Amino acid sequence: MTTEHRLGQVANYVDERTGAAAWMKKNLQKVFPDHWSFLLGEVALYSFVILLLSGTYLTFWFDPSAREVIYEGSYEPLEGVQMSAAYASTLHISFEVRGGLLMRQIHHWAALIFMAAIVAHLMRVFFTGAFRKPREANWIIGIGLLTLGIVEGFLGYSLPDDLLSGTGIRIAEAIIQAIPVVGSYLSYFAFGGAFPGEAFIPRIYIVHVLLLPGAFLALITVHLMMVWYQKHTQYPGPGRTEKNVVGYPLMPVYMAKAGGFFFIVFGVTAFIAAVASINPIWLYGPYTPGQISAGSQPDWYMGWLDGLVRMSPPIETYFFGYTVSWNILIPGLIVPGILFTGMALYPFIESWITGDKREHHLLDRPRNAPNRTALGAMSITFMIVALINGGNDLIATHFDLSINQIMWGTRFGIFILPPLAFVITKRLCLSLQRADRELVLHGRETGRLLRLPSGEFVEVHEPISPEKAYLLTSHEQASALELSPEDSRGVKRAGGIRNKLRARMSVAHSESVPKATATDLKEIESH
Amino acid sequence: MSNEIEAIKDPGLPAHVHRKADHDPVAARRAERQVAAMFMISALGTVIMIASFFIPDDVFVFVPVMGNQNAHQLGLGLGMAISLFFIGMGAIHWAKTLMPDQEVIAHRHEFRSPDSDRKEFVDTVKEGAAATGLGRRSLIKRTLGAAVGLSAISPLLLFRDLGPLPGDDLKKTSWKKGTYLVTDPGDRRIRASDLEVGAVAQVLPESDDPEHRKLNDIAKDAVLLIRLRPDEFNLDAERLSWTHEGIIAFSKICSHMGCAVALYEQTTKHLLCPCHQSTFDVTRAAKVIFGPAARPLPQLNITVDAEGYLVARDPFYEPVGPSFWGRISS
Repeated sequence: MTTEHRLGQVANYVDERTGAAAWMKKNLQKVFPDHWSFLLGEVALYSFVILLLSGTYLTFWFDPSAREVIYEGSYEPLEGVQMSAAYASTLHISFEVRGGLLMRQIHHWAALIFMAAIVAHLMRVFFTGAFRKPREANWIIGIGLLTLGIVEGFLGYSLPDDLLSGTGIRIAEAIIQAIPVVGSYLSYFAFGGAFPGEAFIPRIYIVHVLLLPGAFLALITVHLMMVWYQKHTQYPGPGRTEKNVVGYPLMPVYMAKAGGFFFIVFGVTAFIAAVASINPIWLYGPYTPGQISAGSQPDWYMGWLDGLVRMSPPIETYFFGYTVSWNILIPGLIVPGILFTGMALYPFIESWITGDKREHHLLDRPRNAPNRTALGAMSITFMIVALINGGNDLIATHFDLSINQIMWGTRFGIFILPPLAFVITKRLCLSLQRADRELVLHGRETGRLLRLPSGEFVEVHEPISPEKAYLLTSHEQASALELSPEDSRGVKRAGGIRNKLRARMSVAHSESVPKATATDLKEIESH
Repeated sequence: MSNEIEAIKDPGLPAHVHRKADHDPVAARRAERQVAAMFMISALGTVIMIASFFIPDDVFVFVPVMGNQNAHQLGLGLGMAISLFFIGMGAIHWAKTLMPDQEVIAHRHEFRSPDSDRKEFVDTVKEGAAATGLGRRSLIKRTLGAAVGLSAISPLLLFRDLGPLPGDDLKKTSWKKGTYLVTDPGDRRIRASDLEVGAVAQVLPESDDPEHRKLNDIAKDAVLLIRLRPDEFNLDAERLSWTHEGIIAFSKICSHMGCAVALYEQTTKHLLCPCHQSTFDVTRAAKVIFGPAARPLPQLNITVDAEGYLVARDPFYEPVGPSFWGRISS
């Protein structure tokens, strides 16, 4: 019996019991477009699976308890030291459980890769305009996953209760405590009393291993089902339209590629975990509030937040005898709140500016949406400046700089550099558009020089292929919204300022270099 | 106007180019062997992993660049990495060389339903809403709203016992009038002469049960002692009287976010918090000279008892640690 025959029998068995043949046939032939940038979301998904597997393994030995124990394990420098059961069991996993250290390192590296993949995937979706109608809801789910990922990662590296992670919890506690009116109450509820207490580790454990992974599973399922149902977006190009999807069928090509890619992501994570040490908690020692290690750093996806807190000016105000810590509230809660809300609302903001309510399944080349691309570059610059300040102590020691200079540099930089990045990126995009236009109209520079009988030198240009010419000109260039302050009967519209703002943003958004057209080409040929 | 301008035409999907393995059986056979070889390498990785599991954990191997590595750990990790990575490589190479690579086209339909369906949908919703009579029966609407709103209180109530109310807990430490300063670690009382000029020491309040100090207490009680030459201080008379022979005591818990302020720079007499780089000037009662902290570290008023041991003359005059809403209210 051949393999094909046996698989056919399985299909038969399934269909006779579910009647799923028609549905299965349709979905097994589902077409997925191919592009390297579509793998970023896959990396995030596979790292999540790796996190579930390695995390479950760790729970078999980890003891999420702040109970005091005396260490008696095989790591001699800590022999006889008082520590929490959480820390002792993490040492046990690292030193006595064979493969335990590897799994810990895989878990931690996978978490870093998970967050990096989410951020890279988010940037891909943003810069190509994949968030536009009808995918706004999936964008919001994505922002939710990013936010939960940051929290989940923080809770995860807080669990071992080493000196570094305890310091992180202390900072989180200070942020909670800074919330006006209810801060100290919330903190006492979260910690079951004063910091650090004994309630916090078991509490964040259940959030880390049950509550948030459950939320992740639910959100990721919806995220993927929507991608499935709405069909994947595709890059523009010859033969690709808003009405079709060009790619490979799920069975067998996509299954083999995606399945294989899972093993590659797992393999690479295991390789990094095998050769690169991460979070060597035995070097930090158990947590005690009176001690600290120099160069305390959070994981990278928290670094920008720490950087903002570090650069904040020392402002605290008092009124009627009550304290408001702006130096914590602004960088710790207000700015991140504005950033993440703005990010979640961006699809709606953009469609309000452009007045575009149509469906979009063809992606934008970033240069063809200069305003959006510039906004993205601006946000990334903001984050990088904040992140640099989050590592200012390490940068200072490694590059022999003064911490004060880095701090002042980023304090100004956070205001100056992002707008600068906006302007530069927008100009770059427009220049690239101009280059595209030149390429279509005048062809490719071949580098071959020709001497004319008159003695003049000219460079030979070669026309580009029709496919390339189509790719460079297939995007649409919408003109700005016409929002006159008065309606057709000359009555002033309500919300004048809003309209004015919208009109101005619409003009900025639609700024572009006219793309080359067949008419232009004919005109050149006729000369 | 736009009708007159003619866009560049879509030339359609480029013609499919066949791979070598599609028409050359030798190439196809070679691709098959390559895929099989990758799966074999993966199996070898698993063998390496199994073998490494039994290497004792005190065996080290030298690896260029990385230096001496624990053979057990490295073997386990590399074996696992190889076994997983090459399953993936094999599968993808298989898909790319031997499975059909002709792109196919599927059609997409606009999500918007036909207008007749949409109208029926809206009508159904309207009819349903009308049938409940919510628009007319405002008494039901209001009481329902109130009931649902109020019911949200119960989960909040159920979480009340997550922790006690803070009361004035955050404002108190174990330091009292006459509490001895003891070394941490060691729990020994300290004489002024134990501390040389320029030295720093971490101290805690003397405890009846030093073996079982609570972290909750340390989180508020930790104090740094620093000894300068008395003429190096730049303090007002009251604060100067809180020092003893050049020894000054500050809360070690940062007034910004509660980290331990542990870095002392002897030449500049600055204390630096490693978390957010708030910098405090020891000679000026820990005045903030840089960074995000808004307040100085609280100074502890110290003196010596009859035998010359350092004691607190008073409790902390203000709450230690990070700020909170009611920090300075009574």
